[in-house]
Amino acid sequence: MAIHTLAVLVENSPGVLARVASLFSRRGYNIDSLAVGQTENPKVSRMTIVLNLEGHALDQVSAQLFKLVNVIGISEMKDTSSLKREILLVKVANTDAAKAVVNKHKAVIADESKSTISIEAVGKSSEIESLLAELKPHGIRELVQSGLVALERGDQTLADRTLSTMGTANESDPNSSTADYQN
Amino acid sequence: MSKMNGAQSLVNALEAAGVDVMFGIPGGAILPAYDPIFDSKIRHILVRHEQGAGHAATGYAQATGRVGVCIATSGPGATNLVTPLADAQMDSVPVVAITGQVPSAAIGTDAFQEADIRGITMPFTKHNYLITDPADIPRAIAEAFHIASTGRPGAVLVDISKDALQKETTFNYPKNVSLAGYNPVVEPKSEAIRDAAALITQSKKPVLYVGGGVIKANAAKELMQLAEITGVPVVTTLMARGAFPDSHKQHLGMPGMHGTVAAVTALQKADLLITLGARFDDRVTGKLSTFAPNAKIIHADIDPAEIGKNRHADVALIGDLKNILIALNPVTKAALAKTSQDLTPWLNEVYGWRTKFPLGYDKPSDGSVSPQNVIERIGKISGPDTIFTAGVGQHQMWASQFIGYEKPRTWLNSGGLGTMGYAVPAAMGAKVGAPDTTVWAIDGDGCFQMTNQELVTCALNNIPIKVAVINNESLGMVRQWQTLFYNQRYSNTDLHSKRIPDFKLLAEAMGCVGLRCERPEDVDKTIEAAMEINDRPVVVDFNVHRDAMVWPMVAAGTSNDDITVARSMAPVWDSQEL
Repeated sequence: MAIHTLAVLVENSPGVLARVASLFSRRGYNIDSLAVGQTENPKVSRMTIVLNLEGHALDQVSAQLFKLVNVIGISEMKDTSSLKREILLVKVANTDAAKAVVNKHKAVIADESKSTISIEAVGKSSEIESLLAELKPHGIRELVQSGLVALERGDQTLADRTLSTMGTANESDPNSSTADYQN
Repeated sequence: MSKMNGAQSLVNALEAAGVDVMFGIPGGAILPAYDPIFDSKIRHILVRHEQGAGHAATGYAQATGRVGVCIATSGPGATNLVTPLADAQMDSVPVVAITGQVPSAAIGTDAFQEADIRGITMPFTKHNYLITDPADIPRAIAEAFHIASTGRPGAVLVDISKDALQKETTFNYPKNVSLAGYNPVVEPKSEAIRDAAALITQSKKPVLYVGGGVIKANAAKELMQLAEITGVPVVTTLMARGAFPDSHKQHLGMPGMHGTVAAVTALQKADLLITLGARFDDRVTGKLSTFAPNAKIIHADIDPAEIGKNRHADVALIGDLKNILIALNPVTKAALAKTSQDLTPWLNEVYGWRTKFPLGYDKPSDGSVSPQNVIERIGKISGPDTIFTAGVGQHQMWASQFIGYEKPRTWLNSGGLGTMGYAVPAAMGAKVGAPDTTVWAIDGDGCFQMTNQELVTCALNNIPIKVAVINNESLGMVRQWQTLFYNQRYSNTDLHSKRIPDFKLLAEAMGCVGLRCERPEDVDKTIEAAMEINDRPVVVDFNVHRDAMVWPMVAAGTSNDDITVARSMAPVWDSQEL
């Protein structure tokens, strides 16, 4: 088992999410999370897909994904070279102990009633997990997570690379175990 | 710019895309399109079932190399195209399907004859469209033809709502298609070409493993050059029969589950597979972990996703196969002039297997007609310019084994999906695309009963195909498996088709000539009688021995090393060969 994060630029067209989901389903790839939204270019959406791969090479997943006509570019988001964040909203019992956990983790109480507090947290996956672990004994009533989103560190952007260059797999990138798939 | 409705714009776009023929059936949602079709120069062939339209488009495309086109209405018309589209996509055949959809305001309401055909076909089309604005029609058609015919060819569906066909629009066909997410690589990298040539110079036991991509890329001539430059023996997969002449001295035949002993064993013992447009399909590799265990792999394909999908490639050549071979041939020739291995021991070994274990069959001892003999004789009498199509099953394997193929695009079959019923409509499409060529459908009695109604279409539209029904009154391949693996318990494989239906009368009822052959001594003269008929379709009911089996065989899921040449009979190897 290996966890990989892919950033995928897709045309913002009807059915594109279904195409990606259908591909993952029919080829037996496990998605841990998938977050999608518009980018700075209204014609392009960006998906951040966290995959739990067993027996499938990341190159093969990327190559299959890249066959979809609506997929413009794919790049693996490595821990060392990218920012990765999740959003958590969680509702727990309104107790002093729960509030202490919130303060300790620098989370925010976004809503409060007599009996419950709704907590908002943004952070790395490990931070979100540790917050959740500490909240668990206080009784989690409901929670929702955004799924991971990721952005490369530094000046380079995925859009620059994928929308301005032609060709496919950029095999020369020594930092990537998988090739970048670009048009 | 003149105003017209979406339907006229669709027909104009199809004409602009170069369509000369399409196969289809009208219905409610697509009806607006059929009005301008009535006046179009495009020949529309009214089929009897949409599945026939889809396979006919596929047969047309496989025979001609052009894009095949089928058209159907919404709902059941569209869902009847599901099988042929999946078939075309699996075999990388360029097909465009046009379907009508219910009016856009009704989409999603479970309206009469509504089916989400875009959603349904997503997994087995190369791409698909739902068009609800008439202004989008010309662009969608241009893109569909571009996508279907370039890169790795495939099936593309364009679903158009009825209101988009009815609304007023202007026709504006794009000169160029530019898609942000679709730019297939056609030129291989020069360093990969050099690496491939280097591996070839180092190999002592190479095999050219040739797949259907060579035919798709029209690269048979370049393949011949590579084979003759290197002297490497060749195997052609089920999809590649005809890519390399069967009569050529370097040809070992077909590999795979029912391949020749020489082809299967050569792959197993090779130290290098030069893989051209093939995809390491399970029917070729057998148990993958035991396939060609000592071979390095050169894998040339237009589809980057095929590289490493089933088998790791030591050298990947991504691009159009014709371009790859044009680049590879001179580099290999130059490299071999400097360094080469003595292939003689290997060639003696593989050609020895070919001599020792030729394809063959026993004549039935009860004096009945041998199905293999019928197929072999049709091949001989009709000759290598004939286009052959087949259904799926025993007759398909025998047609692949016992007809000699000398030219590309003369063997059309359903390789990937394994679609029973493919033969008759595909033959119809092939004959429309190549009207001056003799087209024989080699069909089984099971397959024939799935799609024979297209013979009505053939009879009415002057499409004189020839059909050989290899009638063993059973679902023969399934019966063979029951014989071998289910203790001869013939559950639901007996079709009784020597009794009902009467294929001769059925053929005549459909406006064809019906012939029957029941004795071995009548085989040649019956085939010759069928060859004489060129003004109508002809159907020959060959009543054949039902217990004939397809050999050799590698049982599903087992290793190619365990090939059997006849029941419970493994090849007897010389000890040094093991």
